[in-house]
Amino acid sequence: MTDLTQLGIKAIRDGVRVGEFTAREVAEAFNAAVAEAAELNAFIVTTPEYALAAADEVDQARADGDELGAMAGVPIGMKDLFATRGVQTSAASHILEGFRPEYESTVSQNLWKAGAGMLGKLNLDQFAMGSSNETSHFGNVASPWRKAGSNQPMSPGGSSGGSSSAVAARIAPAATGTDTGGSIRQPAAFTGICGIKPTYGRCSRWGVVAFASSLDQAGPMARSVEDCAIMLGAMAGFDPKDATSLDMPVPDWGGALSSDLRGKKIGIPEEYRREGTDQAILDAWEQGKAWLKDAGAEIVDVSLPHTKYALPAYYIIAPAEASSNLARYDGVRYGLRELPEGAGLQDMYAETREAGFGDEVKRRILIGTYVLSAGFYDAYYNQAQKVRALVARDFERAFGEVDLILAPTTPTASFPLGSMNEDPLTMYLNDVFAVPASLAGLPAMSVPAGLNPDGLPLGLQLVGKPFDEQSVLDAGLAIEQRAGFTAAPEKWW
Amino acid sequence: MSVTREQVAKIASLARIRMTDEELDRMAPELSQILDWVEQLGEVDVTGVEPMTAVIPNTLRLRADEVDADPLTGGNRREDVLANAPVAEHGFFGVPKVIE
Repeated sequence: MTDLTQLGIKAIRDGVRVGEFTAREVAEAFNAAVAEAAELNAFIVTTPEYALAAADEVDQARADGDELGAMAGVPIGMKDLFATRGVQTSAASHILEGFRPEYESTVSQNLWKAGAGMLGKLNLDQFAMGSSNETSHFGNVASPWRKAGSNQPMSPGGSSGGSSSAVAARIAPAATGTDTGGSIRQPAAFTGICGIKPTYGRCSRWGVVAFASSLDQAGPMARSVEDCAIMLGAMAGFDPKDATSLDMPVPDWGGALSSDLRGKKIGIPEEYRREGTDQAILDAWEQGKAWLKDAGAEIVDVSLPHTKYALPAYYIIAPAEASSNLARYDGVRYGLRELPEGAGLQDMYAETREAGFGDEVKRRILIGTYVLSAGFYDAYYNQAQKVRALVARDFERAFGEVDLILAPTTPTASFPLGSMNEDPLTMYLNDVFAVPASLAGLPAMSVPAGLNPDGLPLGLQLVGKPFDEQSVLDAGLAIEQRAGFTAAPEKWW
Repeated sequence: MSVTREQVAKIASLARIRMTDEELDRMAPELSQILDWVEQLGEVDVTGVEPMTAVIPNTLRLRADEVDADPLTGGNRREDVLANAPVAEHGFFGVPKVIE
């Protein structure tokens, strides 16, 4: 019998439909793989009984001759930023440790409705703040990948590092991610998998622990473009409970997928050719152009002149929104409470937040509080919002000439855990290519392009027009077919 | 250095995060470095540019004027609302004494 853990979403779903294997067999295989992989620390909580219960429902529905959903029989990992009823939802923080929501996030609910099951809650950077999965209260996540001939633990990227590690290690066929400034695309690139952040508003934010609300967007992470298309279709949809939810029909992205790019124009932004980018990444970018040309696309140079300013603008806007969003953690309604003997309300707030937040979270709350404070608001926050408008305008102009933009996902491949801790800024720079599309709310995807000389995966990024996930996925498919990326990490866990 | 240790202490107090002296010593240069770096935004000519408030044009919707239209977010869920409270008494959130 085939090793079920090697299969992706489509293969599992179709196999269950035709009766090649049962959903229960699939859930059991992945539950076992998850249990064996504790060394990766990809999961904060595992829920094998949830995976089995969902699988049994699918098997029963099939026996009854009921129609099966788009994700029927597929057990997935759920990033621990999505509220799951009755199951700890911690955002990898101490302040939410033990929080068991009384409700289910819209995105997870949509996935269960489509027949998916939950293997567990995936580790992440605390409150999704980080690019290496080293800020979790529950410990670092290790990438299943290592440099050739080395056993040094490598970063799976962040913040969706548990998601990327689990999917790359084949202990989950797919996982949810969230992307505020690259948190789906950068970890996908680091681990040789696919991940798409749809247009802002496609996936409901209801029940997703908020980081920076004008940027936060959920999306799928999986090992093929087609799997991403199927899962995104199951996650997306209008939700009246989210004021910024897009009231638009969800296209059948998976069904319409085509790698024929004739008539498409792909823009290459010269500003992404920046110092400090690995030669292997620049080579992959060149290769990517050739692949898209081979698929029938025309390659055109474009200019996004404000690219350089996207990252500093992001590091004002995101912390500003975070400082406001995270004000809710006050030790009153949920989560941790620290109340020293005889302390008053104000002391309780300050003690609770000191004990409950990690260093990176505190750093961002402080920056956010500073840039929003009286006297600095105009110089920092307002200026950043104006620069954000210019970054978005750059894209708008470029999309007057081209259908898509091709760029690297990250300036480097994965790095060893602990190697980027000397100052926070170095880490921030890793998201330099991912952040512009976030600021503009555009759909963007990372697909594996190949391995660098150390044997580590490299990703290419496609950015599309608003609402045009289809073109992003189509070009992703064209790259996937030509890259022939079949490399998998050697099992050491 | 763009922020002093005293300024960081002030911000931390505004953000209601207690900070030890060691933390302040560590945070002040880190925050300064980040703020010095974002200063480069000042170079950008933003004449006539409106600050961006929404990435995707979207209008605010009105919900139907119905009581408990959505049972998940409607009323009569006191026990659920209090279920995760560190202290809940008599159907209320419990907090330290606020009024003398």
